[in-house]
Amino acid sequence: MTTTSPTLALLRRQAAGTLARLEGSAPAPVARALVAGGAVLTIASAFLSWTWTADFPGDLTVSGYPGGLQWLTVATGLLLLLQTLAAYDLPVLRALAPTGHTAPLRRLALAAFATTWFTLAAIAIELGGLANLTTGGFIAGLAVLPALYGALALPADHRPAKAPAATSPWIERLWVTLITAAGLLLFTYGIDTSYGELFEGYLIAAGFSAAAYLKSGLFERGAALLQRQRPFAMTAAFVAAALFPLTQNNDHDANVGVNILIFATVALGLNIVVGLTGLLDLGYVAFLGVGAYTAALVSGSPFSPFHNAQVPFWAAALIGAGVSIVFGVLIGAPTLRLRGDYLAIVTIGFGEIFHITVQNLDGTSGPKITNGPNGIPQIPDISIFGLNLGTAHQLGSITIGRFANYFFLMLIVTLIVVAVFSRAGNSRIGRAWIAIREDETAAEAMGINGFRTKLTAFALGAALAGLAGTVSAHVTYNVVPDPYVFAGSTPPNSAFLLAAVVLGGMGTVSGPLLGASLLYLIPEKLSFLQNYQLLAFGVALILLMRFRPEGIIANRRRKLEFHADDADAVEIPEQGSGPDNVNLSKAGA
Amino acid sequence: MTDVTTTTVTSTAAPLLDVRGVTMRFGGLTAVNNVDLTVGEGEIIGLIGPNGAGKTTFFNCLTGLYVPTEGTVKYRDKVLPPKPHLVTQAGIARTFQNIRLFANMTVLENVLVGRHSRTKEGLISALVRGPGYRRAEADSRAKAMDLLEFTGLAGKADHLARNLPYGEQRKLEIARALASEPGLLLLDEPTAGMNPQETRAAEELVFAIRDRGIAILVIEHDMRFIFNLCDRTAVLVQGQKIVEGDRETVQNDERVITAYLGEPLESVPGASDSTADDSTADDNDTADGAADSTENDE
Repeated sequence: MTTTSPTLALLRRQAAGTLARLEGSAPAPVARALVAGGAVLTIASAFLSWTWTADFPGDLTVSGYPGGLQWLTVATGLLLLLQTLAAYDLPVLRALAPTGHTAPLRRLALAAFATTWFTLAAIAIELGGLANLTTGGFIAGLAVLPALYGALALPADHRPAKAPAATSPWIERLWVTLITAAGLLLFTYGIDTSYGELFEGYLIAAGFSAAAYLKSGLFERGAALLQRQRPFAMTAAFVAAALFPLTQNNDHDANVGVNILIFATVALGLNIVVGLTGLLDLGYVAFLGVGAYTAALVSGSPFSPFHNAQVPFWAAALIGAGVSIVFGVLIGAPTLRLRGDYLAIVTIGFGEIFHITVQNLDGTSGPKITNGPNGIPQIPDISIFGLNLGTAHQLGSITIGRFANYFFLMLIVTLIVVAVFSRAGNSRIGRAWIAIREDETAAEAMGINGFRTKLTAFALGAALAGLAGTVSAHVTYNVVPDPYVFAGSTPPNSAFLLAAVVLGGMGTVSGPLLGASLLYLIPEKLSFLQNYQLLAFGVALILLMRFRPEGIIANRRRKLEFHADDADAVEIPEQGSGPDNVNLSKAGA
Repeated sequence: MTDVTTTTVTSTAAPLLDVRGVTMRFGGLTAVNNVDLTVGEGEIIGLIGPNGAGKTTFFNCLTGLYVPTEGTVKYRDKVLPPKPHLVTQAGIARTFQNIRLFANMTVLENVLVGRHSRTKEGLISALVRGPGYRRAEADSRAKAMDLLEFTGLAGKADHLARNLPYGEQRKLEIARALASEPGLLLLDEPTAGMNPQETRAAEELVFAIRDRGIAILVIEHDMRFIFNLCDRTAVLVQGQKIVEGDRETVQNDERVITAYLGEPLESVPGASDSTADDSTADDNDTADGAADSTENDE
């Protein structure tokens, strides 16, 4: 904080000063009443029409029924109302704020404020002026202000969380199911957002609400619950994921889902290398490329020099993973003798070597294997047990399209990768990886062969990426060198993969899955930003790292740090309650 | 410091650890110079010397962290390979001067890592999780818990290593080293930064470890600790072993006193005789002086 620019420092001081002046400027009961009233008004205002014409997407012209972005205002308003009722110490809702009411209330009020004002600003800017707002729009903008003021005027009441009361495992499982269902809902809504403004509003609402629940301590509580019911939670999460394509009526969203799964699987593989073993690999996407190219070469595509050697998919998957292991060992053996920054630099180099090599194996610069920049097109669809994944199938009344087929296949691959990750991570070899990450010298003094252990991690990571690559080659019909670079504007590339791991939470299973979902959806949905995409993206990453450096999902080891606080706490009568699920559930998504 | 006379007291016939003529040079600097040392089965040997005498470098030569420029290190009549993990495999475990725990792992996991060289389960068996794997894992856990019980950390098995208080971190390092089932344990300043009570407890722990049949080579600055514990003590000054022997031999050796307290000024009249006065100085002064220097280290 010492290097902050003078302007920023001034802003911070002023903001802190304003907050200090506001805090306690109204008596607590008045402030609380203001928040409650503001929340009700905000919800009500969303039922008015906000603009005259249907030019703004989502049709906000109807009175008596919310539409488009107004739903987000309703959602944040409801969350705020619930939290306020919790602050009134109502018997069940009380448990909504284990670590104090004011901090989550402030953030939820900010969520409602930001979502509403963002919508109004978007209308004004896109349609050219405030004249486009109806009276309803202005009412909405004003209705949220008392809530915001009230929340800021409330006195701070942070307290350590109390230990939750013991509940029966079946009730806990019910909560897990609810959390997962809410997660699926949240995730599906995010993918379904059909226009950029809605997705931005969704991000704003979800971001502030997530911050609120992080502050209220519900996040920790929910995470502990998921940890206690781990097998059940994992099953529920996969059932929810399998239900996802059935909730979609167009195949494009399933395509997004497949790509997220591929991206997430590769991120999980990278998590072994970066998160567990602590080796900064900046050329990791090359292994995805190796898997994809291998699968393409043996797929029977007429553009592959080996098109006569078509093999079934399961064999292609094994070959792809195997070739990736070979490359992993070849690249790892010389580079893993380096530590830290040196390793990172050398891995960038090897990543680029892969990219340049496949570009040059085009018949003129080198042997004709990969067709250079043109890549290998016309990769046939996979056929498993006579089931062609390329055509749509009927399941009762539901049509399962091509991408939905691949989604299910990829889900199985993800399941395998998750199992590999958690089993390997929680074993003798996994402990050796973590020991090397923590202190390589001490690890070797404990009898761990550092080089061999690191090479195992590298090779396993490569194998998982290669496996995902074999599916990705079939999903996209063709394989070209372009995506397999260090940095680019769309995932997957090494920089995005690393960002997904770090953002989501290093060393966890759900972290990279969540990180990958976010990092895939953001560029996908904000494509209208075009050239500013990477800039906006970078700013978002910086903000996240500033406010939650350990990643969205903290490692279980970090949770242990909170364990000490819980130990000497007094028991709390109520168990966690409803709306907390909304944001916790991201872990399950 | 030119003539090196060594008063070696050989106690056992077949030494566990046999160090001969170990020299470690970093460019022009000779950190360890032609040091011989033997450790017998079940012995506790002390290694003392002023700061920068090369004690830790000597340890690093024994444990494969450094490859000695000259000399050989034999353990149970076999020359040790110059790789840390192979040395641990052979049966020598160590702790570090500045605690090097796996800070973000739990106490139990730290000890389990120590068992790495005594277990074989690789990646494949971890993925398959057959009965053999589960048996080995349960066995490792039981043994690790035994060691935590032994060091008095069993109640904190699930705590993060970094959240332990300082004294317990030292204990955990010892437990982790013991997990590799060593025949010889090298302790690098096990009581640095401890208060007198903790130091007494550490003494008890070292005796208990010896009672398990494990020989111990210990670097320390706390003279009371050293002379309470050690069968023999070697003094290292500027990379050279100047004396080795029991308490009296070491405490009464002029060169040891000179090394810790400095030589009397030549210009002072009658300085040549003052060495005698110095050498008769109270033993406790020497010990206290050394203890002070330890505190300055921290």
